[in-house]
Amino acid sequence: MMEMVLYAGAVGLLVIGIAGLVLSHHLFRQVLALVIAEAGANLLLLLAGYRFGGEAPIWSEGSFPSVMVDPVPQAMVLTAIVIGVGIQALAIALLIRVRQQTGTLDREQAVIEMREALDQELGRFSTAPKPRSQYAPKGERPLYPVVEEGQDAR
Amino acid sequence: MVESIESWIALLLVGVMLSAALVALLSRSHLVAVVSVSVLSLGLTLLFVLLKAPDVAMTEGVVGAGLSSLILALALSRLGLLRSTKAGATDE
Repeated sequence: MMEMVLYAGAVGLLVIGIAGLVLSHHLFRQVLALVIAEAGANLLLLLAGYRFGGEAPIWSEGSFPSVMVDPVPQAMVLTAIVIGVGIQALAIALLIRVRQQTGTLDREQAVIEMREALDQELGRFSTAPKPRSQYAPKGERPLYPVVEEGQDAR
Repeated sequence: MVESIESWIALLLVGVMLSAALVALLSRSHLVAVVSVSVLSLGLTLLFVLLKAPDVAMTEGVVGAGLSSLILALALSRLGLLRSTKAGATDE
């Protein structure tokens, strides 16, 4: 029973985390979903080396345990936990930059803001008219003209 | 049906962790979500102790539950999400 409950918990955490990562619209929720999925993955990895009725893999003088759990996945999980916190801090730093640049943390709104900023940046160098909508441009999207060598648009 | 007490503790912890994960993704307030993620990390720590991995439990408790929660809580204040309960920005 215990084995089934633990595997169900690990896979459930992984599934909840990935579903939240895909479905959530807020960028901070996506970071939290990443943390949840990472916890599930760590638990699943540790369960791969678990032996029922085993002892902790600590050798002490005089008493050598006959059945030990596997210490190699434990070392892997130990590394994965620390790397996970590093990834989390990087994601938070990127979120702070996104909020500074676009002023929003909604996923689709941030994408729209970034595209508009990029279009303004490109529009400075070109004479082509700006397309009305980025998601549904009318007709074929015009290619931006190449800047000639002689005339520097800057 | 011989079940040890460890099975029931594992069942309880897994239930707490799954519900904390759901609360973290479905709650409206961001502060509640961060606290739920910390609860999930603490449950994972106890589960690691139960799984005969005391070193991993120590690391998870210090780094996962402590440092990670600290980073997330500081990010809350930096991102200005502490009092934001606007609908539309916090669904799913």
